[in-house]
Amino acid sequence: MAYKIMEKEELSSDVKLLKVKAPLVAKKALAGQFIILRIDESGERIPLTMAQTDKEQGLVTIIFQEVGKTTNQLGALEIGDEILDFVGPLGKPTHVEHLGTVICVGGGIGVAPIYPIASAFHKKGSNLISIIGARTKKLLILEKEMKEISDQLYVTTDDGSYGFHGFVTEMLQKLIDDGLTIDMVMAIGPVPMMQAVCKLTKSYNLKTMVSLNPIMIDGTGMCGGCRVSVGGKTQFACVDGPEFDGHLVDFVELRKRQGTFRNQENKSTKKYDQECRLKSKL
Amino acid sequence: MVRQEMPTQPAAERVKNFNEVALGYTSEQAVTEAKRCLQCKKPRCMKGCPVEIDIPGFIAKIAKEDFLGAIKHIKQKNSLPAICGRVCPQETQCEQLCVLGKKSEPIAIGRLERFVADYEVQQGNIEIPKITSRLNKKVAVVGSGPSGLTVASDLAKLGYNVTVFEALHKSGGVLSYGIPEFRLPKSIVDREVEYIQKLGVEIRKNFVVGRLMTVDELLDDSYKAIYLANGAGLPKFLNIPGENLIGVYSANEFLTRVNLMKAYLFPDHDTPVKIGKRVAVFGGGNVAMDSARVAKRLGAEEVYIVYRRSKEEMPARKEESEHAEEEGIIFKFLTNPVEIIGDEEGKVAALKSIAMELGEPDESGRRRPIPIKDSEFVIEMDTVVVAIGQGANPLVGSTTKNLKISDRGYIIADEEEGQTSRKEIFAGGDIVTGAATVISAMGAGRKAAIGIDKYLKNRS
Repeated sequence: MAYKIMEKEELSSDVKLLKVKAPLVAKKALAGQFIILRIDESGERIPLTMAQTDKEQGLVTIIFQEVGKTTNQLGALEIGDEILDFVGPLGKPTHVEHLGTVICVGGGIGVAPIYPIASAFHKKGSNLISIIGARTKKLLILEKEMKEISDQLYVTTDDGSYGFHGFVTEMLQKLIDDGLTIDMVMAIGPVPMMQAVCKLTKSYNLKTMVSLNPIMIDGTGMCGGCRVSVGGKTQFACVDGPEFDGHLVDFVELRKRQGTFRNQENKSTKKYDQECRLKSKL
Repeated sequence: MVRQEMPTQPAAERVKNFNEVALGYTSEQAVTEAKRCLQCKKPRCMKGCPVEIDIPGFIAKIAKEDFLGAIKHIKQKNSLPAICGRVCPQETQCEQLCVLGKKSEPIAIGRLERFVADYEVQQGNIEIPKITSRLNKKVAVVGSGPSGLTVASDLAKLGYNVTVFEALHKSGGVLSYGIPEFRLPKSIVDREVEYIQKLGVEIRKNFVVGRLMTVDELLDDSYKAIYLANGAGLPKFLNIPGENLIGVYSANEFLTRVNLMKAYLFPDHDTPVKIGKRVAVFGGGNVAMDSARVAKRLGAEEVYIVYRRSKEEMPARKEESEHAEEEGIIFKFLTNPVEIIGDEEGKVAALKSIAMELGEPDESGRRRPIPIKDSEFVIEMDTVVVAIGQGANPLVGSTTKNLKISDRGYIIADEEEGQTSRKEIFAGGDIVTGAATVISAMGAGRKAAIGIDKYLKNRS
């Protein structure tokens, strides 16, 4: 049984959205969980967060940035194409409860996984303030969707091409300075961004959860590749997470471990690019 | 007459490829070996076989050159003979009890089993037994490793509709992700799985029980009984400084990358693995031997097995440690790692260990290793593989209501028939016993099939 692509959208130049037919996964998935997919027989297994699920249509929405061989290959697939393996839902779902004020911070591609979580807090009746940011306007995703569910939405760009000129942390700092009572912060994005958010909120003792995306193979607790240090203890992101208390995460180690296979990844991407160019010439 | 030696690929050659090391008997060798069997009236060998194969029976058929008859005979008790013939520890089971072993060498039961299983495939016509009765009852099996496959095939032969749920994209469990190609070619696993599917067993891959559906949901759905064989899984670490450095793998991760994901074919296959020049493997079991030999084949110049006890206590099969030695693996016995030292980029740079000596026997009956004061030493290292065993995977146990679990997370099941604290749930293999052998997991599957059949027949 393969998993068919039913819809495809280009959110920005290198960010794609796919809706994949996976009825059982769609039925079961909760906010905060992820899937692992493998495109074809020689493919690698990569974890991706689910941005949305449609239980009636049996669709799972994945949003990803084309950064390496597998994500580029995935982005090249079209409606009607099939993904060989698609397994989930994996990881523990977000603990969603009614809270006074929740701030959801999404950076870059991290806006995709923050969306269902923000949505869940909104449904519980929490006051939801969202901050979403990108390097530049072109790379900003899901602004409309986030606006619909947030009580207040702030948009930032690093280069000032849209919204607030600066980092998401600067916007968060402003909200804190304004004297807002904040019950929890949820931050998802590149590791340096989550690290910066946690550094800031720690100084105000604001509970902050982050969702981690380390290297992973099976996603069921078997390989241990996704281990992260949390509060000095080794945890497996796939079964103990992916969400952890951001104030306890060793981000420096996480960042190093994410780079374990950088040389191989570059080699693989280069080979793929060459093959694509060769194919387009034929 | 002497025991027939198994032809193998020469060590110097085989460390450069992932092809099978042992090459198997020729027909002549198989017949010669089979004729050594004394055909004991009360065969002791059978007592050593967890799945109770009629050993003298199949060997007699080989001696008469009835190879297809021999395999048919084995398959009455064992649906995975090509696998068992390769990876069973015969020297501590059937062959250990062989009468011939008292004065000379025991009969090579495993090699003969392998021979007839391979012979059948080469002949091309694998016989599928006719299933006479259809019971119209559904049984679910969690995990398609050796235990799950055994219970599934036994129940299918009894007429049950069996569905096996597998979390990975490939069937076989440890046979696929753990045991390397050079010891158990994946084509053999595929073909044994195919045989079980031909018996009518449905295998649903990419299905994580405990996440996609819980055990209780499966039982509510339409399954009348369920067998849990989801394996041990959760890799153990030593909890020494440096275990999260770049270049430290659990044996599970290392072997999964290479065996399941075929990282040795990178970049034609997308999954990478990186090892460098010097590799240290912690542990002295079969998984440690497999990891070391894989590292050698990936091009490591120096591969160390770091084991805290001495050679005598090593739990690996003798054949495996001998093969490893032939391939140039360096054994550091009575050595315990104390720290993995990293460089400024967070990569493994060196391994600090301490020398050990053996003291009084501990609870395992083996002499307890004790560190020798001020004996620390450092060896430069690029990669570390931790192969010191696995704990229980919590995914299934923790999501099933009222299922009794031990303090260490293993599922508590009756030793005879595998029944758990819930009468409709049975369990066996590593998730009950902790990491053990392929054949003991199969033995548990065999017994549980009897237990499940009995339970379902009493109920109706």
